[in-house]
Amino acid sequence: MSTGVNFIVVLVTAIIMVGAALIIGWLLAPKSNNAQKGEPYECGIPTRGTSWMQFKIGYYLFAILFLMFDVETVLLFPWATITKSLGVMGLASVLFFLFVLVLGLAYAWKKGALEWK
Amino acid sequence: MITFGEIINNVHQGLTDALPAWLAATIEYVIIGAGFLGLYCVLALILILLERKICARFQCRIGPNRVGPWGLFQSVADMVKILLKEIISINNTDKVLFKTAMFLAIAGSFCTFGALQFGDGLACIDFNVGLFYILAISSLGVVGILLAGWSSNNKYTLIGAMRSGAQLISYELSAGIAIMTMVVLAGSLNISDIIAGQSKAWFIFQAPIPALIAFIIYLIAGHAETNRGPFDLPEAESELTAGYHTEYSGIQFGFFYLAEYLNMFIIAGVAATVFLGGWQPFQINAEWAEGFNSVMAYIPSWIWFMGKTFALVLLSLWVRWTFPRLRIDQLLKLEWKILMPISLVNLLIMAGWVLIF
Repeated sequence: MSTGVNFIVVLVTAIIMVGAALIIGWLLAPKSNNAQKGEPYECGIPTRGTSWMQFKIGYYLFAILFLMFDVETVLLFPWATITKSLGVMGLASVLFFLFVLVLGLAYAWKKGALEWK
Repeated sequence: MITFGEIINNVHQGLTDALPAWLAATIEYVIIGAGFLGLYCVLALILILLERKICARFQCRIGPNRVGPWGLFQSVADMVKILLKEIISINNTDKVLFKTAMFLAIAGSFCTFGALQFGDGLACIDFNVGLFYILAISSLGVVGILLAGWSSNNKYTLIGAMRSGAQLISYELSAGIAIMTMVVLAGSLNISDIIAGQSKAWFIFQAPIPALIAFIIYLIAGHAETNRGPFDLPEAESELTAGYHTEYSGIQFGFFYLAEYLNMFIIAGVAATVFLGGWQPFQINAEWAEGFNSVMAYIPSWIWFMGKTFALVLLSLWVRWTFPRLRIDQLLKLEWKILMPISLVNLLIMAGWVLIF
């Protein structure tokens, strides 16, 4: 039993579970239709305009910051597994790497990108 | 005592002896799938009942007590009810993405669930980058939530999904770095190796100061990743009706509910594995404690894992029903200005600790 196949088995099980439950629900549940039922739920008031619109930019700033640190995490994981054998030199290189990154975070902080306005 | 590894080997041996190879393999895979499916659903039912009972106690109520003794079958009844509810299709939704979102939410939590080790020898998805796999695949849930909110074509769901996206990706960083801190100590990403490395003493006792800090950071960040407790802005019911799953009805809503509860279990399970020794019993590394150690080792491994995980789940429930909801600026400030710098410094402390001791 290899892990790759096990992963595919688990993934397929998840998909089958959702699909089967949807079909069972669709078979068992009552069905009825009227004009109001299909409207988006907005507390009884008709929707104004579309909901697919421009959105607050603040969220995207955090997404960009996240991207930076997530890539950093990926790059640090190989170091983390062999910290002991790399020794002090490895730690020094990682310190430098983190220093450059933290400079980025400090810049974003100073610029006010971390404030929610 | 019979271990799970022996049972699995015996079943494997028996099947391959009696049947042709392809049939035996198929039967094994069906057993794996069915086992995980059963465990997933039963755990969800238990967790939902547990949460309702405990929340009721916190609020000086009794909680569900009508269906079965002490209300034990309440969540079974709820599951049947939710299957019988009408599935309403909304106008103007992005139909394909609307359906895909449910599959992604469940697949993300189910595949992470498969990587947990519930007992000695019970490893399904177990390979050399297991911990990295857990971090990677659990973020599928974010995509599911964003798709759900965006495809519903409703302003509440859009706001809920955006908040949820910002929150989940932010807190993923701290959780990832806290895990990485422990990887520095363990020297491996393989979950079996990590658990084996804790047979003498759990990691939280092997490097008490940095491990404890990482543990607390992981618990906070993990709790935030489940969209619960003081971090439940994505579905803040008093502002956004139900957040990103407002438009999902019947069993479709059930999937998000299921994924949320199981994510709580998975976060607790990963914390138990990485910090508290997984299924390893509690051991004192001293001469005089030999009797104590053998008594502890006599308790089955799956009880240890479930005990630790449910203890952390209870902690999470306690936090959820105690603290008031954060505002989004407080939420992002907590992550980016407090948890993130602390966890980076903590990573370096742990590296220094490993190099010195």
